[in-house]
Amino acid sequence: MRMIKFQNIDFMRWRWQAILLSTAVNLIGIASFFVQGLNFGLDFTGGTVIEVGYREPVDLAQVRSALAQGGFQAGVVQHFGTSRDVMIRLPPVEEQSSAQLSELVFGALSQDAAGEVELRRVEFVGPQVGEELAEDGGLAVLYALIGILIYVWLRFEWRFSVGAIIATIHDTLVTVAVFSLFGLEFDLTVLAAVLAVIGYSLNDTIVIFDRIRENFRKVRKGSVLDIVNRSINETMSRTIITSGTTLMVVLALFLFGGQVIHGFALALIVGVVTGTYSSIYVATAAAVMLGVSRADLMPVKKEGEGLDAMP
Amino acid sequence: MNRYPLWKNLLILGVFLVGILYALPNLFSQNPSIEVTATRGAEITDTSVAEIKAALENAGVEYKAVEMLEGGKLLVRFATSGEQLRGQEAIEGTLSDRYNSALTLAPDLPGFLRALGIQPMFLGLDLRGGIHVLIDVDMDAAIDQALERYTEDIRSLLRNKKVRYLTVTRDEGRVKVKFRDAETRDKAGKLIGKEFRELVLDTGDDGTAFYLYGSMSPADELEVKKSALEQNITTLRNRVNALGVAEPIIQQQGERRIVVQLPGARDPGRLKEILGATATLEYRLVDTEHSVQDAVDGRVPVTSKLYKDREGRPVLLLRRVIVTGDQITRAKAGFDNRSGTPMVRITLDGAGGRRMYNTTLDNVGKPMAVVFIENRTITNMVDGKPVKRNVRTEEVISVATIREPFGSTFQTTGLDSPNEAHNLALLLRAGALAAPIEIVEERTIGPSLGQDNIDQGFRSVMVGFVVVVLFMALYYRVFGLVADVVLLVNLMMIVAVLSLLQATLTLPGIAGIVLTVGMAVDANVLIFERIREEIRNGSSPQASIHAGYDKALSTIVDANITTLIAAVVLFSFGTGPIKGFAVTLFIGILTSMFTAIMGSRAIINLLYGGKRVQRLPV
Repeated sequence: MRMIKFQNIDFMRWRWQAILLSTAVNLIGIASFFVQGLNFGLDFTGGTVIEVGYREPVDLAQVRSALAQGGFQAGVVQHFGTSRDVMIRLPPVEEQSSAQLSELVFGALSQDAAGEVELRRVEFVGPQVGEELAEDGGLAVLYALIGILIYVWLRFEWRFSVGAIIATIHDTLVTVAVFSLFGLEFDLTVLAAVLAVIGYSLNDTIVIFDRIRENFRKVRKGSVLDIVNRSINETMSRTIITSGTTLMVVLALFLFGGQVIHGFALALIVGVVTGTYSSIYVATAAAVMLGVSRADLMPVKKEGEGLDAMP
Repeated sequence: MNRYPLWKNLLILGVFLVGILYALPNLFSQNPSIEVTATRGAEITDTSVAEIKAALENAGVEYKAVEMLEGGKLLVRFATSGEQLRGQEAIEGTLSDRYNSALTLAPDLPGFLRALGIQPMFLGLDLRGGIHVLIDVDMDAAIDQALERYTEDIRSLLRNKKVRYLTVTRDEGRVKVKFRDAETRDKAGKLIGKEFRELVLDTGDDGTAFYLYGSMSPADELEVKKSALEQNITTLRNRVNALGVAEPIIQQQGERRIVVQLPGARDPGRLKEILGATATLEYRLVDTEHSVQDAVDGRVPVTSKLYKDREGRPVLLLRRVIVTGDQITRAKAGFDNRSGTPMVRITLDGAGGRRMYNTTLDNVGKPMAVVFIENRTITNMVDGKPVKRNVRTEEVISVATIREPFGSTFQTTGLDSPNEAHNLALLLRAGALAAPIEIVEERTIGPSLGQDNIDQGFRSVMVGFVVVVLFMALYYRVFGLVADVVLLVNLMMIVAVLSLLQATLTLPGIAGIVLTVGMAVDANVLIFERIREEIRNGSSPQASIHAGYDKALSTIVDANITTLIAAVVLFSFGTGPIKGFAVTLFIGILTSMFTAIMGSRAIINLLYGGKRVQRLPV
C-alpha cells in the first residue's frame, strides 16, 4: 500500500512564498508576544492554585461568594474539566505567608459547602521560585539549541546547522505565539512540550538533511535545487507517516489525557505540524539559500583512512 | 544473507526476558494499604495484629490482609481507597496512642517476585497523591550564626590570654576587634591566626584606635553552608519520620533547597506545623555576679542577658554560649543511678566536649542553664485577612549546678518526671535546625485526582498505541506487524527500565512515553521506506532488507541523538514535571533504538533471512 507517489514535485519552487508566510507568522507571534504577552502559569508567576471537587455541580458565583466571605479577593475562579471541579487561582502574596493560604481558602469553602467538597490539588509557588523556574526554563531552551547546533555542525556542515537552528527557533516561536495569541496558560509542562517540539522538529530536519547529503554524494548530475527537491520527494512518504502517527498519538493525549496536560498536548500538536513544515521550508530552504553546494558535503578523504577500517 | 549470529539473537532474547521480568510487577494491582508503625515505647507484636484486626472489624471496615513487615511494621491491605481511609480512621480512633498509621500503596506481588526484590514503577505524587514541599534554607542566617560564634570565641581567647582589647564586635559580615595600640593588635593577630586558621585577618586604624578584622574565608563559608544544609536535612528527616508517613523523600536540591515529598499524605497543615517550628538549645552559665533584680529593673549588664524560666521567673545568664543544640550528638532519657530520679544523658561532639570541659573546669559549683529557643510562624486572622508573624520563644528549661568538670558526656538531672526526661531527650535528639527555613513551593495532590491522572494517562497511552498499531499493520502489512511487536516490546522495556531504576513516573512522564510511542515508529518507518525504495530500484528482496536497514541506520542515529541531546538538557535543567518528562523520553529513545533497529531486524531475519523470497510484504 502506498498513499501518494512523490516523485517530481518541485518543493523548492515555493520557497520564497514559504519564507514570506513564515516571516509573517513569526512577526504576528512576536507582535502578540509584546502586545498581549504570555499568560504565564503559576509555575512562573508564583501564587497559589487550589483545585477542589464538589459532590454536586456547583455554581461559580457561589464559590466566589464563599471566598469573599472568607475575605479572599480571589484572582481566578473557574471550572476545571467538569462542573463539579473548581480551580481557584490566587496571586502571589507579598510576604512569604501564602504557604498557609491554601488551608484557609479550603476552610472557607468547606464551611460554605458543609463539607461536601474535597481538596484535590494545591500548588503554591513562591515568587522567587517562579523566577528561577522561568530562568532555568529559558536556559534549558538555550542550551538545547547550542548542543544541537554543535552536533549538526559536526555531523553535517555549518549551513545545515544554521538552517536547523533557524527552523527550531521558528517552531518555538510559532508554538509560543499560539499560546500568546489565544491567551492560553503557559506553564512548566508547556515549556517541556516546547522542548520536545525542538527535539521532534530536529528529528524531522535531520532525516531530510541526511538524504540531501547522501544524494549529493551519490548523484553526479543536476543542480543543487534538483537534488534538494529529489531528497525531499524521496523522504516525503516517511515524513507524512511519522508526522501522522505522532500527531495521532498526541491527539490521543489531548483528547484523553485530562486537563492537566491539555496545554502540553496542544503545544505538541502545534509543534508537530509546524515542525514538519519547517524541516522543508525553513531548514532546507535556509541551507539552500546560504549556498549549500556539493563540494561542502563530499567526504573528506584523509590519508590512511582506508587502513583504519581494516581489522 | 540477513541472518543474525546466534549470540546476537541470544542477547536480544536475554534483554527481552529480563525486560519481561522487571516489567512484570506492574501487572499486579496495587492495594491501597496502611502502614502501621509503633509509637515511642510501643512495639509491633503478634498481639498488635489481633488488635488491629479487632479495631477494623469493630468499625465494620473490610480489609484484605494484615501482614508483618521487616523493621517492626505492619501492613494492612484494602480493596479500595475508600475502605483504606475508613480503616485509617478506625485505627487512629482507637489505637493512636500506640500506633502511627500512614497511607501507602502496596503492590500485591507473588512470592518469587518479592523474593527477587523486584518492584513496580515508583509513581510520582501526581499519580498517587501526596504532598510536595520545597524548602529554602536561610544561608545568611547560618553565616550570621557562625560569625557570632567567632565573635564570642575571639573575645574569650583574648581574655584567657590576657591580651588587652577594647571591644570585639560584629561589623558587616566580619569580626572587628578594637585595640589601643598597634603592638597589642599584632600580638592578638598572631594568637587569633593560630587559633582560627580559617579566618582571613586584616588590619586597619583610624588614628586613635587600631583594628583587627577577621572575615570568613570563602572555603569556610562554603563549609558552614554545607553543614547547615546537611544538618537541616537530618533534622527535617527526624521530624518527618515522627509524622509516620510511608516512604518519605527528603532530598537536597541545589545549594540551599530541600525537597520533602510525602506520598499519600493528605494534611499539608500538619506537615507545615512540624516543619515550620525551629528549635534549638543553648547551654549558658548563670550570671552569679550581678543582681537579677537590677536586670529586671532594666540594668542588664553587657555580658549578660535576661531570660525567664517556664514558671516565668527571671534568670540572668551570661551571653557567652557554651554549646548549642547542633553540637549534641546523642540524648537518652533514663534514671540516675544514685538518686533514682529521672535524667537525660547527653553526648556532645568533640568541639562541644572540649568547650564544655574548659568551661566546667573553671566553674565548679556554679549553676549552668539550658535555654530552649523555638521559632514558629503563627497565622492570625486580622480583619478577615491572614496575617503571619514570627514568634520566638526563649525559655530556660533547666538550671543545674556543676558538681564536677565534665566533657563530652554528662547528664542533666533534676527533672520532674520520667515523662519530662523523655520529652527533653526527644527535643535534644530531634536536633535543631542549623538555619531558619521557609517553604517556597508546595504541591498537594488529593488521592482521587491521582487516580484520575493514572486512568487518563493510561487511557491516552492505550488509544495512541492502538491507533498507531492499526495504521502500521494496514500500511506495512507483515513488516508493519513486526513494527507493532517491537513497539509493544518497547513499551514493556520502558516500563522495565523505569522499574529497574525506580525512577519516578509522573503524568508528564506518561506524556513522554506517549510521545516515544509516536516517535519509536519513526525508526521502522525510515527502514521500511528504504526497503520499498530498494525494491523499486530493482534490488532483490534479501538485498533490499539488508540495504534498507543499513542505509537507514545513520539517519536514525542522527535523528535520535539530537532528540537525546534535548532530553539530557531537559533533565539537567528541568525540575519537577520537566524532569519526569525528560526521564521517560531519554529511556524511550534508547529502548526504541534497541527494539526498532535490532529487535525488528532479528524478527525479520527469522522470517525471511536465508530463504528464497519472491516478494516482500512491506
